[in-house]
Amino acid sequence: MAGKELLKIEHLKKQYDENVVLKDISITVKQGEVVVIVGPSGCGKSTFLRCLNGLETIQGGTITYEGESVEVKSKNITKIRQKIGMVFQSYELFPHKTILENVMLSPILVQKREKNEVRKEALELLERVGLADKKDSYPRQLSGGQKQRVAIVRALCMHPEVMLFDEVTAALDPEMVREVLDVLLSLAKQGRTMLIVTHEMSFAKAIADRIVFLDKGLIVEEASPAEFFENPKTERAKQFLSTFTFDKVEKSRSVDDVKAVEAYV
Amino acid sequence: MNFEIMKSYLPLYKDAMLLTLKIGWLGIFFSIVIGFVCALIRYNRIPLLQRVVGAYIELFRNTPLLVQLFFLYFGLPNIGISIDAQSCGVLGLALIGGAYMAETFRSGLEAIDKIQTESALSLGMNGWQIFIHIIVPQAVAVSIPAFVANIIFLLKETSVFSAISLMDLMFTAKDLIGLYYKTIECLTLLVVFYMIILIPVSILGSIVERKVRYASFGD
Repeated sequence: MAGKELLKIEHLKKQYDENVVLKDISITVKQGEVVVIVGPSGCGKSTFLRCLNGLETIQGGTITYEGESVEVKSKNITKIRQKIGMVFQSYELFPHKTILENVMLSPILVQKREKNEVRKEALELLERVGLADKKDSYPRQLSGGQKQRVAIVRALCMHPEVMLFDEVTAALDPEMVREVLDVLLSLAKQGRTMLIVTHEMSFAKAIADRIVFLDKGLIVEEASPAEFFENPKTERAKQFLSTFTFDKVEKSRSVDDVKAVEAYV
Repeated sequence: MNFEIMKSYLPLYKDAMLLTLKIGWLGIFFSIVIGFVCALIRYNRIPLLQRVVGAYIELFRNTPLLVQLFFLYFGLPNIGISIDAQSCGVLGLALIGGAYMAETFRSGLEAIDKIQTESALSLGMNGWQIFIHIIVPQAVAVSIPAFVANIIFLLKETSVFSAISLMDLMFTAKDLIGLYYKTIECLTLLVVFYMIILIPVSILGSIVERKVRYASFGD
């Protein structure tokens, strides 16, 4: 199913002053692939994704999109960013614009597309995520899950070729997580190329073509979801995955134990 | 209180109010221009210029308008620059107001989270588009309450213009009291006329504030 290579990252290095966040990352993403990046907090997942959109300066290595360099200072960076959509954990809708305006702003302003055509597409996309009736609301009137769905639609309306999702459900209540993940699943079905950073392991398992496990700025393991979740090769990955499972608590039944506890209390 | 006398003073007060309004609004207009430019310099951290602006703001915010006016009106002629009282008033107000406005606008600009810019960048916008369509509208909304407070403050500050013999409201009231000793009538009229100037500003301010509240933060 995988087509041509879109994103190519080679020996990427990123540091803030002395603090090295990404040490040496190399990875290639092909068209139609869904790559899920997992790892403990602070392992550099989000920073990695931000680098791919030219939001971070990098200290070493290269990031290319179909051969063009993706960096803060690249000449064509605004052009490249239009091909690489990004959705943030905190939605980042524009609070002074209505939902429809949020979605329509960039296609009209940046891509100079025709207003009626953009409006039609925006409404269609909003309809698809069940938010067409909110088109004239302001972001503050929406729930977190609704805002995140709008943010996804806003990115989609730019017709990106790759989508980056940076912990898009991390700020949501459990019930709203589902509605956002369902949107992502339907995008995957359409064959979209996506890089997803998430802590939702069962979702990762369902959507990923490939799992990349990041720790301390390095790719520790890269495998198919079946392999990664059933048979992690490294100790570090096993340890990480074990934090998501809980053993049934064995309650003490013996009378002596209960007495001992009572005496202690 | 003698209402007949008050009525006879009305034309004098009206002229004085027009002068206060003229100098006040001219000064405020220029203070907005100065404030905006200074805020941009500080917001963008333009080397050297931001220090100059910083020094200007500290100097003019920390000295009374009266002292600044005396410098402009009585001091400048000593070095060969003499400007008339009205221009002095406008300039003085513009300079002190510019310092206050600069800080108001800057705090508005800096209140907008950096990630808003990043989300606009990810949508392919360039720096200028982000500034005009994303940052400024939100910064304006944040600045409005302080901005309105500045305008009211500056209009009230015009009362010190009497010190450089501008025939504003304060000057007229003091003059009339000196001539006819109708103290209570003159002071009452003074209060009434300042309120005529300021209450509409206050009301307009809260209307605008409500209109832009949708841009406020949080959910």
